[in-house]
Amino acid sequence: MKKQLLAILLLVSPALVLASGGGVHLDKAQIDPANKESLQRGARTFVNYCLSCHSAKYQRYNRLARDLGMSETDVLENLMFTGEKIGDTMDIALSAKDAKKYFGAAPPDLTLVARVRGVDWLYTYLRTFYLDDSRPFGVNNLVFDKVGMPHVLWELQGWQKPVYETETDSQGHEHKKIVELELVEQGSQTPAEYDRTVRDLVNFLAYMAEPIKLERQALGIKVLLFLFVLFIITYLLKKEYWKDIH
Amino acid sequence: MGMLVNLRDWIDARFPMTKMWDEHLAKYYAPKNFNFWYFFGSLALMVLVIQIISGIFLTMNYKPDATQAFASVEYIMRDVDWGWLIRYIHSTGASAFFIVVYLHMFRGLLYGSYRGPRELIWLFGMMIFLALMAEAFFGYLLPWGQMSYWGAQVIISLFGAIPVIGDDLSLWIRGDYVISDVTLNRFFALHVIAVPLVLIALVVMHILALHEVGSNNPDGVEIKKHKDENGIPLDGIPFHPYYSVKDIVGVVVFLMFFSIVIFFVPEGGGYFLEKPNFEPANPLKTPEHIAPVWYFTPYYAMLRAVTIDIGPFTAKFLGVVVMGGAVVILFFLPWLDKSPAKSIRYRGPIYKTMLTLFVIAFAVLGWLGTQAPTDTKTMMAQIGTVVYFAFFLGMPIYSRIDKTKPVPDRVTG
Repeated sequence: MKKQLLAILLLVSPALVLASGGGVHLDKAQIDPANKESLQRGARTFVNYCLSCHSAKYQRYNRLARDLGMSETDVLENLMFTGEKIGDTMDIALSAKDAKKYFGAAPPDLTLVARVRGVDWLYTYLRTFYLDDSRPFGVNNLVFDKVGMPHVLWELQGWQKPVYETETDSQGHEHKKIVELELVEQGSQTPAEYDRTVRDLVNFLAYMAEPIKLERQALGIKVLLFLFVLFIITYLLKKEYWKDIH
Repeated sequence: MGMLVNLRDWIDARFPMTKMWDEHLAKYYAPKNFNFWYFFGSLALMVLVIQIISGIFLTMNYKPDATQAFASVEYIMRDVDWGWLIRYIHSTGASAFFIVVYLHMFRGLLYGSYRGPRELIWLFGMMIFLALMAEAFFGYLLPWGQMSYWGAQVIISLFGAIPVIGDDLSLWIRGDYVISDVTLNRFFALHVIAVPLVLIALVVMHILALHEVGSNNPDGVEIKKHKDENGIPLDGIPFHPYYSVKDIVGVVVFLMFFSIVIFFVPEGGGYFLEKPNFEPANPLKTPEHIAPVWYFTPYYAMLRAVTIDIGPFTAKFLGVVVMGGAVVILFFLPWLDKSPAKSIRYRGPIYKTMLTLFVIAFAVLGWLGTQAPTDTKTMMAQIGTVVYFAFFLGMPIYSRIDKTKPVPDRVTG
């Protein structure tokens, strides 16, 4: 039996090895998908700051209302401003062609972004914009070098400047490396408040990427319990049939 | 009761219902000593059924159209009742199919199930494996995500490496100069009807051939050599009810693992559903790192392991030959093995060592295929490829000189 387990482990080991990430350190988002207030705050930030350039064209407003514990009136009054209907998806008026003209690249749809990038990446990305005069919008980003997006949350976070350290590599070349970001102009939120705002926003993005997640996990427990009972019954049945086979 | 008996007799007079039931289940005598490894055949059959049924429901809402395919999958995930479950069952089922089939094939290697008189069972099985790879490849394009698109792009371009006819061949497969709506539509047709029909036909032949010669067992001895006065093998028990009740236990345990993935880790750590595939296909944006789904990665690693041109042949073409050869060589296994013992239980140390190395090489190659190549990793892939082929090509020699133990006359339990 031990040998068999080892053999199976060997056979499936490619599936067990985790994908290795890039070089940049990512902060843990530590989101709580069950926290409806956090999701509601995230939805508000999303609608106010993201939804004019980015779409979320697979997410319906009424689904959002139901899943986030809001009434449809709440959603109509607080999250919808441009005359959409409650059953519509969160689409935007900006065409991809115009967006490309304004930004150089069309801002991607964000419905599934949390499944593409992962929540930790998003959490780090939204907190690491820094001033860089060489960029068209005056900002660059630690996890997304040469980012095309302006720092839309600047009025909340303020502006950050990079702190450099000079490193000498094995060939004796000197490199400037960013060691940390320093807040040079405070926004309307303190750093702790801003981290919470971003955490809520990322929580909402994660919800949107897979609205069924919580329900799926809850159902999974019931399914496994059922299978466990079924296992006992089928195992006893097998034993009963096999008792005279030697 | 009398009416049911009459109905049965009425049917039996017109259709071999009872005869087939007896031949394949109630009076099909299987060795009584099947162990853990013998669950995977019936499990493979069940996964096939799961895939067909979940696939049918997916086609009710999926749109094979380059402008709508990605959105229709999200529609299934969000707006179709239980669509998310059906989709996760199908996507997890694809990986489960390969896990179960690889374990089923490994069982064949352990106990020499491919040896005479079961060569045809093995050949049908290998054809099933080929059809399954085609099925998975065509199906992977359908969600029309970035990895769907670029994975298909890489694989189809491999055909382009074939001298003379390569370019025309890949054009013919795509039906266009790039992967496009035309490609998506034909892949849909192949995935939902053409290959499944072939697959089902092959599975039927695989099972008919098995039931003609009878099952092998962990001892690798023929139970038909010792029969009682009624012609029933002494070490055989009727498949139904004994193995039907036993396999149901296996099914339940399998479903537990299957459910854990579906309900708790449907992305399978990025191996069952790859992250870039949540982004719609974009012909203008190549992903940083293109890796096929895990079940193809051992072969993909062998493809990339070839780095030198030989004469008029490019490394890419030779890589394709090596990759194709790695699959084709499996077909010859029944004739490469010259050992007097079928089962690993009575084989000598050389076979045991070679099989262990083979399994390690296969697993390492699978891992390497998911990684971006570096010099070290390419070298590891080259070693892995050599080990993989050595297992087969060396077999006529090492299986003959290996020191086997005496094979018992009857099964040992």
